Amino acid sequence: MNRIVEVQDVTRVYQMGKTSVHALNGVSFSIKQGDFTTIMGSSGSGKSTLLNMIGCLDKPTSGIVRINGVDIQKVNDDELTYIRRNNIGFIFQQFNLIPTLTALENVEIPMIFNRIPPKQRQKKALKLLEDASLDPEYATHKPNELSGGQQQRVAIARALANDPPIILADEPTGNLDSKTGKGVMELLSSLNKQGKTLIVVTHDPQISEYSHNTIRLQDGEVVNEGD
Amino acid sequence: MKVIESFRNNMYTQLAERNLKRQKVRTILAAIGIIIGVMAISSMGVLGNTLKLSVEDSFGDIGDRLIIYPAAGEDSITERQVGKIERIHGIEQIIPFRITGEAIELRDEVYYGIAYGIDADKLSHLIDLEDGRFFKSGSTECVVGHRVASELKLKTGSKVEVDGSRLRVVGILKEQGMGFDISADGSIFTSFDMYEKLYPEEGDDFDQVVVIVEDINQVDVVKDDIDESLNRKEKTVEIFATNIINEEIDTAFRSISLFLMGIGSISLLVAGVSILNVMLMSTMERTREIGIMKAVGASRNDVLKMFLYEALFLGIIASAAGGILTVGGSLGLIYLITNDISYFFSLTTILYICAGVVFGIATSLIGGLYPAWKASMMEPMAALRYE
Repeated sequence: MNRIVEVQDVTRVYQMGKTSVHALNGVSFSIKQGDFTTIMGSSGSGKSTLLNMIGCLDKPTSGIVRINGVDIQKVNDDELTYIRRNNIGFIFQQFNLIPTLTALENVEIPMIFNRIPPKQRQKKALKLLEDASLDPEYATHKPNELSGGQQQRVAIARALANDPPIILADEPTGNLDSKTGKGVMELLSSLNKQGKTLIVVTHDPQISEYSHNTIRLQDGEVVNEGD
Repeated sequence: MKVIESFRNNMYTQLAERNLKRQKVRTILAAIGIIIGVMAISSMGVLGNTLKLSVEDSFGDIGDRLIIYPAAGEDSITERQVGKIERIHGIEQIIPFRITGEAIELRDEVYYGIAYGIDADKLSHLIDLEDGRFFKSGSTECVVGHRVASELKLKTGSKVEVDGSRLRVVGILKEQGMGFDISADGSIFTSFDMYEKLYPEEGDDFDQVVVIVEDINQVDVVKDDIDESLNRKEKTVEIFATNIINEEIDTAFRSISLFLMGIGSISLLVAGVSILNVMLMSTMERTREIGIMKAVGASRNDVLKMFLYEALFLGIIASAAGGILTVGGSLGLIYLITNDISYFFSLTTILYICAGVVFGIATSLIGGLYPAWKASMMEPMAALRYE
């Protein structure tokens, strides 16, 4: 199988005033297409930094990150945006829905940036919400009128809007109770079964049970990579 | 309609509209700033223009004259030269006259004025009578200007003495005010015959010729033709076109309008700063949202456009409102000042209002430029972490 994500000897140093913080210290691994990978580690281990880099929201200080064979260090901002828009769906711990837009409009947003005509994108957004098991009556509700579980379902539908091959989730169940969290994980797991490459950052060992392999990070380094 | 529909369907405008509605009070306050600015700028321009039009109207009737007098070194304008002028096209009237400084006496009182020798029906083209009639050729009759009449307390029928001869006043002229062709108020007018009797030593030639042109727009053409005809070999006459005065008025009032608009534009500048402020606050508030947009695939260009459309939207609506209010407001004001709203309906007035609206939209866009750029340059990671 083809390696959809390749990370080679990546470091990431943040400058916090005068002190340098090494969030990642030479991390290497690769992920095959269709894999379900969890990245685990305690807080501050660099797992979110790593996920943001795979999601093209951040660039490494040194080393190489390749998405679908493209070195993200070597492309300009517009090309990076294009990769992000068409290859990656992002799911956040805080859902990150836009509060002024309805559930349906939130799902439409990525398609708007992909210049999909209004009628077509509305139809698709409804279908995606339905697939994410959100009751259609909630489609016209604003995020603050939805429960946490419902909001995360909207966010998942949004992540799938442009049919990206890779889904990244940063603590997707972190703000949900265990029952709702289980439902969300089952939804994500079903996406993986449909062929999406899924990478989930978590510190919850139960979630890693769904995945094929786990990358454990400690102080910005991979401590073991395995099943 | 198709344009409006595609504008409404444009996702940038939809987002912009929503964002402007999100902070209604703030949006309205920013819009009021622009409205006041547009009104200030365009109503100042309109008022200046109205003033110009009304002044031009009162000077307009002298703009069609050419005044011809002998060049330096020449004594007079000859019959032959007047004959040459007569052959030029586009002339309505040629009014030659003779002129000298003279003391006008009534018993003990003396008025130092000007004596004209001129044809009575030609004089009637230059000024109207207040009382009496014009003089007959070959008589001792004369008409006097308004100031002469009031200083010497002359009536029709009075007798005055000029250079030892007694002349009978048969008419009194209307007050002329400032004149560029003749200066009637302080003068006495008689026929050429009488003038020759008074001043036999001066010969038959004329001192000055006033030419009235048929079409005011042809003044410069006729002027060039006369110049070509009389000054071909050497400069024998000077030609003064009174439309220079109209041009002077035009330039002066254009500066006044611009000056007034300049004052108006200060308020638009303030409005621009308030737009900048509103948009900057909005950018800060929406930092996280911008981060989300970027994470789900918005490019820098998309974000830039989103914010610029917001500023443009605000600018168009507020400037249009300002333009409409200016039309209403200045109509009322012009009516109060001049009692005549016809001045308002001129092309220049409409142009001034359009200029105000365009400035308003431009100011909004410029005010929105920096915040939009700032939003578009945000790093998605930093923006997402922003609380």
